[in-house]
Amino acid sequence: MTIFGVPLQALFGQLLIGLINGSFYALLSLGLSVIFGLLNIINFAHGALYMMGAFVAYFLLQYAGLGYWWALVLAPIIVGVLGIVIERTMLKRLYHLDHLYGLLLTFGFALVIQGVFRHEYGSSGIPYSMPAQLTGGQNLGFMFLPNYRAWVIVFSVAVCLGTWFVIERTKLGAYLRAATENPTLVRAFGINVPRMITLTYGFGVALAALAGVLAAPIYQVNPLMGADLIIVVFAVVVIGGMGSIMGSVVTGFTLGLVEGFTKVFYPEASNTVIFVIMALVLMVRPAGLFGRTA
Amino acid sequence: MSDAGSTDVQAPTVRVGGPVADATARGAASDVQGIPRHQLVAFGVMVAFFVVAPFTVYPVFLMKALCFALFACAFNLLIGYVGLLSFGHAVFLGSAGYATAHAAKVWGLPPELAIVFGTAVAAGLGLLIGALTIRSRGIYFANITLAFAQMIYFFCLQAKFTGGEDGIQAVPRGTLFGVLDLSRTYTIYFVTLAIFLLGFLVAYRAIHSPFGQVLKAVRENEPRAVSLGYKPEHYKLLAFVLSATLAGLAGSTKALVFQLASLTDVHWTMSGEVVLMTLLGGLGTVFGPVVGALVLVTLEHYLAQLGAWVTIVQGAIFVICVLTFRRGVVGELARILRKPL
Repeated sequence: MTIFGVPLQALFGQLLIGLINGSFYALLSLGLSVIFGLLNIINFAHGALYMMGAFVAYFLLQYAGLGYWWALVLAPIIVGVLGIVIERTMLKRLYHLDHLYGLLLTFGFALVIQGVFRHEYGSSGIPYSMPAQLTGGQNLGFMFLPNYRAWVIVFSVAVCLGTWFVIERTKLGAYLRAATENPTLVRAFGINVPRMITLTYGFGVALAALAGVLAAPIYQVNPLMGADLIIVVFAVVVIGGMGSIMGSVVTGFTLGLVEGFTKVFYPEASNTVIFVIMALVLMVRPAGLFGRTA
Repeated sequence: MSDAGSTDVQAPTVRVGGPVADATARGAASDVQGIPRHQLVAFGVMVAFFVVAPFTVYPVFLMKALCFALFACAFNLLIGYVGLLSFGHAVFLGSAGYATAHAAKVWGLPPELAIVFGTAVAAGLGLLIGALTIRSRGIYFANITLAFAQMIYFFCLQAKFTGGEDGIQAVPRGTLFGVLDLSRTYTIYFVTLAIFLLGFLVAYRAIHSPFGQVLKAVRENEPRAVSLGYKPEHYKLLAFVLSATLAGLAGSTKALVFQLASLTDVHWTMSGEVVLMTLLGGLGTVFGPVVGALVLVTLEHYLAQLGAWVTIVQGAIFVICVLTFRRGVVGELARILRKPL
C-alpha cells in the first residue's frame, strides 16, 4: 500500500523517527522555556548539558556499574547540581546586566564542555546499550514498533505533562509564574526568589540531562550530539513562543513530525524545514505561536 | 560592580556596548569637526604595524588576521552601536566567500568583480534576513539570526555549486584591474590591507556621522527617538545591511586570499568566534575588534596543533571576558587613558 508513491511502511517509519526527535525537541525546549521564563536567559549550554547527561549515564555504567534505570534518575540530578553550581557562582553575577551577557556566558560554557569531552573522547560515538526490559518490539500490523522508542515517546510525554501540571496547576507553579511576572513583588511577600531561580535553572538543566540519557541508546554517546541539535531547538522555542510551557511541548512534537514528513516527501528540505517554518511564523506572529506579545 | 562608574543610576541594566560607546559620544562632542587626535595616532600606529609586519611575520597569517579584523569591525557596528547581538554573522562572511569563489573560478571573473559580486550577495542576504529579524530585540534577535544562519548553512551543505564538504578549492586569485598580479604574496597582502582599511574607514565614518548619532539615540532611548520623528526600524535595517556588506567584503577577500570557500565560514561556530573577537577587543570601541581579531587569530595559530584545546580556550576566554573583563582590551585601555578609542 502506498500514499503518493511512498510505501506506507516507510512513511510510518519516518513518522516514528519524527516523533522520537519531537520528544527530544519537546524536552529540551521545555527546559529552555522554564529557564527563560524566570531567568530571561537563553541557556546556550543546554545542548552541552544534554550531551553531559548521556555521558554521565555512560560513566555510571562504566565506572559504577549502574545501569540505565539508575542513570535515568542519577544523571539529571548530577547534571542539575552542576547547573546549580554554575548559576550560583557565575550566572547570578550577571543578572543586573544586559541579558545578552548570560547568553554569551553559557555559550562559553558550551564551548568548554564540548571541547573537554571532544578532547577526551574524540568525535566518534560510544555505543550505550538499551535496558534489557525494553529490547525487542511490537508488530503493529502496519509497522514494527521497537519497545525502546515507544518508551521514549511515552516517557517524555509524561514528563512534559507533569512539568506543565506543576507549573500551571500547583502552588509552587503559581509562585513561579508570579516571580516571572514581577520578582520584586513576589519577594516582598516573603518568598525566596533567588533560591527559586537557582532551583529553576537546576531543573531546566536536569531536563536536558534526562533527554540525554533517553537519547543515549538511540544516537550513541557523542561529544557533539548536542552541538547542532540545540540550534534546531532554539528555532522550536522561537516558533512556540519563548517562555511558553505548553507552546514548547506542542511545537516540539509537531515539528518533529513535520520533519519526519518532509524526510519522506522532500528529503532535501528536511534539515531546513523547521527554519523555514520559523521564518514564516515570525512574519505572521513575531511572538511565536503560543507567545504573548510583549 | 566595575561598571558602576559609568552606569546611569536610573538604568540598572547595563546594555551591551553601552558604557564604552557613551565615552565615544562624549569624546566626539568635544571635537566635532575633525577626528580626535588620539584616534588619529591610534590609526597611524595600526597602519604602521600592518605595513611593517609582513616583513617579519608570515604574511598569510596577517592576511587572515586582516580579514577577521574587518569581519569583527562589521559585527561591532551592530552590537556596539545598535545594541543588537547577531549570532548568525558567519552567513555573510561565508556566503560572500562562496559567491566570490564561484564567480572567480566558474565564471572566470576578474578579482575586483568577484569581490564586488560576493559583497553584493552578502548585502542582499543582509537585506533579506534584516527585514525579517530587525523588529525583534535582545535575546530574540540573537536567537532568530542564529536560526536563519543555520538554515543557510544547510543550504550551503546541500547546494551543488558549493561543493558540499569539500568547498570550492583552488580559486584563482587573478590579476586585479588587469595590472596587479595577486599570485604574488606581497601584492595580495597590500591589496588585502587596502580593502581592510577601506572597510574600517567606512565603518568609522558610519559611526561618526549623523546616521551613527541616530543609531546611538535609538539604542539609548528608542521611544524618544521615535517621538523626534526618526523611524528606528529603517536605521537599524540600514545598519544591519551595512554590517552584512562589510562582513561580505571580508568573506570575499578571504576567499581570494586562501583560494578556498568552505563550510567553516558559514557554520555557527564562526559566528561565535566573531562575537568573541569583538568582546575580547572591546564592544563598541573603534579599534577593539582589530585587536581582538589579532589576539584570537594568533591564539588559534599556536593552539592549532592541539585540536580540541582551541575550543576549550575560546570558551574559557568567553567566560572570563563576560565575568570580569566586559570592556575588553581596548575598552580597558580607553578607560585608563580616559580617551575613547
